[in-house]
Amino acid sequence: MIASYNELILLSIFVFILGAVCSASRRNLIMILVGVEIMLNASGIALIAGSLRWGILDGQVFVIFIMALAAAEVSVGLALIIYSHKRTGSVNSDDYSRLRG
Amino acid sequence: MISLRIIFYVLSVVILTATAMAITRKNLVHAVLYLIQSFFATAILFYLLGAPLLAALEVIIYAGAIMVLFLFIIMTLIAGETQAGHGRRQWIFPGILGVVSILAAFFLIFEAPGTQTMVAPAMVRPLVFGEYIFSKYWLPVEIVSLLLFVALAGALYLGRYKSGGQVETEVEQ
Repeated sequence: MIASYNELILLSIFVFILGAVCSASRRNLIMILVGVEIMLNASGIALIAGSLRWGILDGQVFVIFIMALAAAEVSVGLALIIYSHKRTGSVNSDDYSRLRG
Repeated sequence: MISLRIIFYVLSVVILTATAMAITRKNLVHAVLYLIQSFFATAILFYLLGAPLLAALEVIIYAGAIMVLFLFIIMTLIAGETQAGHGRRQWIFPGILGVVSILAAFFLIFEAPGTQTMVAPAMVRPLVFGEYIFSKYWLPVEIVSLLLFVALAGALYLGRYKSGGQVETEVEQ
């Protein structure tokens, strides 16, 4: 026996909320993206735990899709960060308060 | 089978500690390195939960590709810059909301029926897993490959747009 199902789900919830707190409280755009990555990873833990509990493979399949989604999201997000850094010279989200910079 | 439980608890402590350290670091490089450590521990947890292919993909994609991309961006954009200090005040409200969410989830999970069941160890071979994906989920796989292509085109476009955009603003001024 590895663990009970609620311990696995609690681990996933803890990691998810750590990511949410990170992306809500940091002012740096890169750290906001890091928080989103942490949240996607936590959802992967929950999906694999459910897949192991019920003995069906669909949860693990969706983790693969989440990984592809995270790769696409982070590439476009980092390209946007580079673009706005070149436009405004900052990666701080408080500096993007003007519409026509 | 008590040893698997011990491994699970050790991995949980490592994951939570590394993630908590990652989200509180002021130095972005340190944050990303702690996060790589957290992803390695998550990969071992995936292996423990019976997904060896996903454990390998976690190391290759998350810890290998995505985090190295973050490191590249940090080192090209803001290496050497001192980050603006984030005061403790901005942690207050997200922290309160996070603690309230954790408490709600805690009570909800321990009240809900059927969550006390123990999970037995099992393992799916990568061959079986791959055959399952490409027989039942072939259409989502194609859609995801299209999504990756669109993300590639979007990243290329955003990277190219800079010179054109700057010329445009110069003309307007």
